[in-house]
Amino acid sequence: MTETTSAFGSSRVKRGLADMMKGGVIMDVVNAEQARIAEDAGAVAVMALERVPADIRSQGGVARMSDPDLIDSIIAEVSIPVMAKARIGHFVEAQILQALNVDYIDESEVLSPADYVNHIDKWNFTVPFVCGATNLGEALRRINEGAAMIRSKGEAGTGDVSEAMKHIRTIKGEVARLSALTKDELYVAAKELQAPYELVAEIAATGKLPVVLFVAGGVATPADAALMMQMGADGVFVGSGIFKSGNPQARANAIVKAVTFYDDPSVIASVSRGLGEAMVGINVSDLAAPHRLSERGW
Amino acid sequence: MSVGVLALQGDFREHAEVLRSLGAEVELIRRPEELDRISGLVIPGGESSVMDKLARAFGVAGPLAEAVRAGLPVYGTCAGLIMLADTVIDGIEGQQSIGGFDIAVRRNAFGSQTLSFETDLDVPVLGEPPVHAIFIRAPVVESVGTRARAIATLSDGRCVAVEQDNLLGTSFHPEITGEHRFHDYFLQKVAAAGFRY
Repeated sequence: MTETTSAFGSSRVKRGLADMMKGGVIMDVVNAEQARIAEDAGAVAVMALERVPADIRSQGGVARMSDPDLIDSIIAEVSIPVMAKARIGHFVEAQILQALNVDYIDESEVLSPADYVNHIDKWNFTVPFVCGATNLGEALRRINEGAAMIRSKGEAGTGDVSEAMKHIRTIKGEVARLSALTKDELYVAAKELQAPYELVAEIAATGKLPVVLFVAGGVATPADAALMMQMGADGVFVGSGIFKSGNPQARANAIVKAVTFYDDPSVIASVSRGLGEAMVGINVSDLAAPHRLSERGW
Repeated sequence: MSVGVLALQGDFREHAEVLRSLGAEVELIRRPEELDRISGLVIPGGESSVMDKLARAFGVAGPLAEAVRAGLPVYGTCAGLIMLADTVIDGIEGQQSIGGFDIAVRRNAFGSQTLSFETDLDVPVLGEPPVHAIFIRAPVVESVGTRARAIATLSDGRCVAVEQDNLLGTSFHPEITGEHRFHDYFLQKVAAAGFRY
């Protein structure tokens, strides 16, 4: 029994890890202790970062890739996949994260962009990338650049789920619209979406994105997480919502269960009890436009 | 004849699609009472520590372990293989398995995602052509007990597919590569077993 032709970093291998995370919760953590709590609570992966989005928002300044020592300490602490964020367009931060052996890179609008025109050419990497999107055109541009997973952006660090709702509704709606078009209408659809025709035609034929679609940005409660799953998300990122709440352990546990039983209100009700305070949050409508992270990305 | 797919977390929809394409009736299983409708079960790929935690929290683990002991045919891929192993090496603290498969499985045996790979693999019980296998932070079967047997190994000798009576396990993911022969092989076991809860 022998094997021939081994391939690392193929699209299937990259997209495959996202497939295995479906029906799961990816949690932001800022140290090894939080990573341990997340793994014990049933996270499918952790996102290692120095500050959760709520703190990036309140403290201001340029937000960059995390210290390699911090990422190492989190990789050493847990055995579930570890993700880390690079700035939009900052391919050297991405090279560093790949050298650190992270399992996924998030080219993220939560950090300060390094390039206001281009995103990272993600085909150059063995490690897979997840990217944010607010609509289908943006998602397809990221997939065209090599993203192996898409997350809707939401408005990170607010605890307000309304933007995440807007983005998943937009993406799902645009996918459904493509399926209803005739072949000759797809050329204009591609032009309007500012996306490659081949990807547009593929989605029109299959009725779904070619990669896994998670939701991120503003998820703070088990009900928020279940709402996103009922909207058709494959899984959920929870950033500030867990470790900025009164009882992170209980909340993390509850959100994991709510994602699995997203269509069973009695389970969601029972896990929603006694969680203590949710993160205080900010209404997105109170944020001046320049402070909206979801508008970063092009 | 209805086949279940454990649907707590992971790529259970892909398994369900493959099984349906082979003519099986499929039930997604999340609760213990759903187990008594099925005559076979697939445990999908995903994160084994999460599946274990949810299977215990919602009371599926105990009844499922009993059903496996009573002869329920089960096929596990990746995390599912870990769930079936009698011994799990490198699990998270407190991680348990359903067990039943006389094997020791090392979780995440290849390293980080950059070492995940795809390759062609000879699987004699399935014949030609070789299986195109995709390994994603995959486990390996580190030791195969007397009741189980290896049915595929990598060129370095590491065992990545096993069989034991009504149980089947692979470190890799036929469900995402369009490879239907493992599921077909498994459905033959299900039909032959005629398991009633």
